[in-house]
This record gives sequence, C-alpha cells and structure tokens, in this order.
Amino acid sequence: MPTRSETLAKAAMLRAMFEAQGALVVEPPILQPAETLLDLYGEDIRARAYVTSDALRGEQMLRPDYTVPVVQMHMAHGADSARYTYAGEVFRRQEHDPARANEFIQVGYEVFDRADPAAADAEVFALISEALRGLPVTAVTGDIGILMAAVKGLETTQRRKDALMRHIWRPRRFRSLLDRYSGKTPVPATRAALLDGTVKNEAPMIGLRSTQEIEARIEALREDALTPALSGEQVSLIAALLDVREMMPNALSRLHDIAVDLPAIAEAVNLVVARAEALAARGIDTDVLAFEGSFGRSSMEYYDGFVFGFRADMRPDLPAVASGGRYDALTKRLGQGDEIPAVGGVMRPGLMLELEAKQ
Amino acid sequence: MTIKLGVPSKGRLMEKTFEWFAARGITLQRTGSDREYAAAVGGIEGVSLMLLSAGEIPRELAAGRIHLGVTGTDLIEEKLALWDQLVVPVEELAFGHADLIVAVPAAWSDVDTLDDLDAAAAAFRATHGFRLRIATKYHRLVREFLRGAGVADYALVDSQGATEGTVKNETAEAIADITSSGETLRANHLKILSDGLILKSQATLWRSRTADMDDKERRTLAALLEKLA
Repeated sequence: MPTRSETLAKAAMLRAMFEAQGALVVEPPILQPAETLLDLYGEDIRARAYVTSDALRGEQMLRPDYTVPVVQMHMAHGADSARYTYAGEVFRRQEHDPARANEFIQVGYEVFDRADPAAADAEVFALISEALRGLPVTAVTGDIGILMAAVKGLETTQRRKDALMRHIWRPRRFRSLLDRYSGKTPVPATRAALLDGTVKNEAPMIGLRSTQEIEARIEALREDALTPALSGEQVSLIAALLDVREMMPNALSRLHDIAVDLPAIAEAVNLVVARAEALAARGIDTDVLAFEGSFGRSSMEYYDGFVFGFRADMRPDLPAVASGGRYDALTKRLGQGDEIPAVGGVMRPGLMLELEAKQ
Repeated sequence: MTIKLGVPSKGRLMEKTFEWFAARGITLQRTGSDREYAAAVGGIEGVSLMLLSAGEIPRELAAGRIHLGVTGTDLIEEKLALWDQLVVPVEELAFGHADLIVAVPAAWSDVDTLDDLDAAAAAFRATHGFRLRIATKYHRLVREFLRGAGVADYALVDSQGATEGTVKNETAEAIADITSSGETLRANHLKILSDGLILKSQATLWRSRTADMDDKERRTLAALLEKLA
C-alpha cells in the first residue's frame, strides 16, 4: 500500500497536469451543508456520506465528492466557461464492505463549456486516459442521455415518462415501472377496488397531506388505468438499448439500428458519434473503446450524458481507478436560474500507485 | 474468568428472559436493592450476569465484552453493520415479538403499497417543497428497505418515542416503527402498507463471535448452551 505522502505527491502531480491545461485550482471546504446533498440524492446519501452536526449549523456532511461544491461555487460566480482542478480527501461511509476505503484522495478536473460538448467530453476522457497510460486498466463508456431520450420518445403519457425519468438511476425500479406500464405486472386488487369506487374510507384526515392531494392522485391513477399499455415493441427497444455492450464501432451501428425504430434517440446517438470523432482526434483508439448502454446508471444520480470509468484489469475487487461524466442538469439545479453544460472526471492516485507497484 | 451473559435490565423483557432461563434450570436474579443493577446466576458455575439496556447489548456483543446477550433482532440489525459476522443467533426466545413496519395515515386511500408511497412522495415534494417525512428511530434498516424498494423523495426524521403521534402533530407524514398488535397504530389512525413489513423481530439469545475465551470458559459456554438448547 502506498503511504499517504506518496499518494499526496502523486495527487499534486496529477493536479499540476490539469493546471497546465489551464485549470484553476480550487479547494472547497471539507464540511458541506447536508441539506444540498440530501435534496439532490435523498436519504440514500446518508448510507454513503458521513453526517455530523452541531447545534448552530445543523447537519453537515464530510464531502463525499467535489463535484457538487465545485458546481455550486462556479454557479455562484456566474456561469461562464471555466476549467477547475482539485486534489484532496473525500469521505465515503462504508457499511457493507470493510475492504473499501472510507477516506481517500481524489484528483479531479471539471470543464464548464458551452461551445462544444463533444470536444469537452473528449478532453476530460483523453487527459485522464493519458494520466493512466501504462497502467493495467480498461475504460468503459456509456451515455445516459440516450436512455433519457428514449424515455422522452415513448408513446405514452407525460406522467408515465416523468415517473420513468425519475427512476432512471434505479434500474430495478425502472424495470418494474416498465413492467407495469406494459401490462406485464397485473394491477393490484386494492388498486382496482380503489378505482371502481368500492372503497369507503372513514378514517379521519391527519397530517399535512391533504384530501385534495389524495384526490389528485386517485384522479391520476384513473387516468393511468385508461392509458393504453406500452407496446411490447417499445419495451424491447429500451431493453435493446440497455443491452448494447460492444466496442464503439459496433455499438454505434447497434445504436443506429435501434434509432430506426426509435427515432427519438437519433439526436442523442449523433452526440455519441460526434464524441467518438472528438475522442479519435485526441488520439483515443475508439475501435477498442467499450460502450455499454447501461453503464453509469446505478452510480451518483447526476450524470445525464457521457459517462465513463476505468477499472483495473486483474483486480475486479478494486473500485474504479477513474470515473466521470457529463452533468448538465446539475448545473441547472444548483444554478439558481443559470445553467451551463459541464463534464468532469476524477482519479484515485492511491489506487494508481497500488497498480504501479504491482507491475 | 467467567462467561458473561448480558440481559435487559428492566421490565417485561427482563422478567420474561429470567423465566425463559429458569425453565431451563438456570436461575437469574437481581441482588441487592431494587435500584441496584447487581445480579446472580444459579444452576451453573462460571457464568456472570450483566444487566444492560437492551439497546446497548448489540454493541457489547460486537465488542466482545459479553459472550452471550439477549436482545431483539431489530436492535441487532439496526445497530450492527455486517451483524452476521459479529454475532450468531443461538435461540429464539419466543417472546418480545415485534414487527418493524411502514405505516401511513389510514385516510390515504390511494396509498397501499411502497409503490404508491413512492408516487405520493414525488407529488408531496412537488406540492410542499420538501421531502415526505418518515419518523423513525430505525434509520439504517428503514433506509436500506426503502432503497431496496426504490422509494425516493422521502426524508427520515428522528423519533425516539411516541412515533405514532408524529403524523397528527404534523412533524412527519408517515412512520416506520415496531408494532406487536397494531393497536397503537389503529388508535392513531395509521395503517400498515401491504408490503411494508421491514423485519420480524423477537427476543433472541445471541453469541458474540468476537469475545475471547480460554479453555475453561469454552467448557462453561458449551455446558450452558447444552442446558439452554
């Protein structure tokens, strides 16, 4: 295992590499207001981040990553184009695997750029790929934007699309919604009874959720019950998208095939094509670059376009050595009216040294 | 040294535990004044009794400061991550039955499943501007359960007692708590979600995997477990 000072030296070197690309060094505080992170990720973040508190400021979190504070800082000072880099500890609560580090050094690079998203994606990926050169790691890429475009293009109600979008990062839940909307899962008996009006509820109203809210939901359920089932064809197209698992050229031809039946994804697929070209222009051999349709869905729920990760070849037990992606929507959510396309990635110098030592 | 047995220090749980051991020829009793937490063990040599709060017994077992302990499954699973690497269930004592459940106002006729709860939470957040609050003291178990079910847009708020009253008091919209008969829930106009059972708990005798033992203690433990089986 590398020592802490070796890891810090490696981190400084990597950060200097990003600085040389014109990135500004930033040092967000370790303690972050818990509310922002809870609003973004929900209670699940408590299983991944350490929460502490005092009587004055309430709950604080030890930063589980840098992206959120960097985006907040950037958006607070106007949403112009900028590049940032940082190096330091992040903290991850571990409740299931004692072998996973709960504190480690991360080096990152974040690009806020309106001009050319494909070029910005390629820039982040290529710089990280360059820094990892010679290490036994393999990259996987994906694109959450394709799945999102597919959901938006489904022939169904806005309400159903919204529900699917809301669970795009929860694969199991997403699947069960699809099963319900396509009629594969039968309507529960209690639901049927509720909708045909045979349920009498005499219980007194308590709590904040009002009668109007309950009635609005019942109305929505009635509307949903009258909505035609999602066609088997549409469901299998989504499944086909998620099943794509090929090197870039074959993956692209699969995506083009699917886009013939699902034209809503055509634009998102064009972005993948443009990105592949930008990657090639940066010297990445896209003929041997993996693309997976479902990659990045179960990680942090802010990536909404390009996603990538580098994993150690012979060490499936290790977490990703580097990872990143595009998070345009996050800048809007934290932007108080502003927004700007953004993409970033992080590396773990500690893991890089561990792999170097093994060679 | 002795085999240390940790038992809840108060109330019905203590009495029932004493009865359970007595039925197997081991007498546990408090000694000294009513207020003093001193205790004695009869029917076997080399075992000492420690009267502890039921909530602290998981931690003491995990740390190996007691060899055996009686507490509920709910407390073990809530307080110990990777509990099965730290403790082994020896016997279920067939009392202290309680289910950890998710309950919502009975007036919510549109909410019967976790699926409904998730949809209601999304709408609630859009309407009220904050996440639907679920009052509980079982934060970890509830969070893992809801994550497994894919429920989002909720917030857990801590409630260490009178949890059933939080909805009426408008400090929470739903609750996750233990119940045995469901009477308190009904009295507070709450209903259990049809798929809202998180955990079935009962008083259980646990053995610590981490407590050190010498040969003599090992023999004592074996003799004790034989009597209890």
